[in-house]
Amino acid sequence: MLELKHIMFERDNKKILNDINLTIDTGKFIAITGQNGSGKSTLAKIIMGIEKPDSGQVIFEGQDITNKTIDERARMGIGFAFQQPVKFKGITVLDLIRLSANRKMNKKEACDILSTVGLCANEYIDREVNGSLSGGELKRIEIALLAVRDAKLCIFDEPEAGIDLWSFQNLIEVFENIQERTKGTTLIISHQERILKIADEIILMRNGKIQKTGKAEEVLAEMNVKPHCCKLNKGTKC
Amino acid sequence: MLREETNKAYMEKIEENLLETIAGDDVRTGAYNIRKNGKGVERQITENVKIETKKDGTGIDIYVKENTKFEIVHIPVIITQSGLKDVVYNDFYIGKNANVVIVAGCGIHNDEHNDSQHDGIHRFFLEEGAKVRYYEKHYGEGKGDGKRILNPVTEVELKEGSSLEMESVQIKGVDSTIRETRGKVYKDGNLVVTEKILTAGTQLAKTVFDVDLEEEGASVKVTSRSVATENSKQQFESKIVGNTKCFGHVECDAIIKDNAKVTAIPEIIANNVDANLIHEAAIGKIAGEQLIKLMTLGLSEKEAEEKIIEGFLK
Ligand SMILES: Nc1ncnc2c1ncn2[C@@H]1O[C@H](COP(=O)(O)OP(=O)(O)OP(=O)(O)O)[C@@H](O)[C@H]1O
Ligand SMILES: [Mg+2]
Repeated sequence: MLELKHIMFERDNKKILNDINLTIDTGKFIAITGQNGSGKSTLAKIIMGIEKPDSGQVIFEGQDITNKTIDERARMGIGFAFQQPVKFKGITVLDLIRLSANRKMNKKEACDILSTVGLCANEYIDREVNGSLSGGELKRIEIALLAVRDAKLCIFDEPEAGIDLWSFQNLIEVFENIQERTKGTTLIISHQERILKIADEIILMRNGKIQKTGKAEEVLAEMNVKPHCCKLNKGTKC
Repeated sequence: MLREETNKAYMEKIEENLLETIAGDDVRTGAYNIRKNGKGVERQITENVKIETKKDGTGIDIYVKENTKFEIVHIPVIITQSGLKDVVYNDFYIGKNANVVIVAGCGIHNDEHNDSQHDGIHRFFLEEGAKVRYYEKHYGEGKGDGKRILNPVTEVELKEGSSLEMESVQIKGVDSTIRETRGKVYKDGNLVVTEKILTAGTQLAKTVFDVDLEEEGASVKVTSRSVATENSKQQFESKIVGNTKCFGHVECDAIIKDNAKVTAIPEIIANNVDANLIHEAAIGKIAGEQLIKLMTLGLSEKEAEEKIIEGFLK
């Protein structure tokens, strides 16, 4: 469903993405991980059309979309939840949910969506999406916005960041529900082991390159994700 | 004759539309005074709200009885006669602990070549504990190249514990406007002003706020949100003087597009160590990330821009 060919993206003499090649199939739940600054968000933005690669191609469902605009891609079925949600002035949660949904949506339905991301709907639905919302609240709204789109390809950039652990299972249910409905592909950028573990495949990035892709077990093994000894746990985890 | 009849019906329709645009569809409930082309044409008073023509004929006096609870007073002005310059002085006397909503505003329809102008000078005198919510909407329309000019002046005097919340909106079709709001706020009085302005073409909009916080506990909050597009110009001037323990907050937030120009001139003067005064001003184009976010939801760049402006001025 998605193919990236020789994607290059360079800024300030730094190769932020250095020859990225990738094929992703329909119906998959894929995680992208890697160090801070390794190029994960940049890659996601290139798929959504927010950044243009210096060279290379983006193919979506057999069509070259490299020169398509953000909104064209959105209408073709690509959706993106930002790592840092955007704030507005005067635009409410309900306004955004309605804009995001590809169908007519009454207030009750919009409230139901908010509930699925763990927000008490009545308190939030008419609030402005501005700096008065907490980081976690903005993040949940951002997830809800993508959840209503029923996009064929959903890209979440660190959706778990700022979300309390208690809600973690709910978050995973949100992803499951999206995939059940759309039968599409979910691409999640994450540092969270609990998300990486449930992925069909993990893409590990390093310095603008794909260091490894493969089944979750293999990549996790390569990453050597095991409890580590350190001074903090005084060796009890070894 | 027939032509005249149709013309008359046409004008009536324009007038009703203007009225509804600036004052809503419930103009004729409660007390009201409708002024058309420089003359009072319809009036209704109630038990608690008296409206009287000034002796010198320059305007009206509105008296709200003390302890009046939740009445709505409509004072709309419409101008359909091209070339008319209408000046009116309206004074509002709000009795102790009265609580009223006042809806004013001016709609100009100008199909001709001459300039039409309305200068409304509204003075508010609030007695102790009175509460007023004051809405003012300005609107211009018509095919002519005659200018539609509105220069509203609002003067408020807030006695102990009284409060006035003013909301002014100028969204469309006014070529030139200078809005002045002056206030004196006394003990524990509270003045809240919200203005929304959208200018286009070669329109000019200037707002001036001049508020003195005279006694302890007085407060003022001014919020201005404006969008300046095409070749329009806006200027925002505000001067808040704190003479005692008081609180003042001015926020001017403007979106600028195309070749528009926006100037914000803040002035806050503290004459007392306990005067707490804040001025915030921000002028900038529509944030790129807001456009991008809405485009990821499938809106074109133009649609996204419209949504952002619509929300901003909501
Ligand atoms: N437009 C740009 N101009 C200059 N440098 C950029 C630009 N965009 C990204 N970078 C740099 O590229 C690198 C990759 O950024 P990116 O945001 O893709 O990282 P990331 O893998 O998502 O990191 P994190 O885990 O911290 O979110 C970073 O070093 C960043 O500073
Ligand atoms: Mg990132």
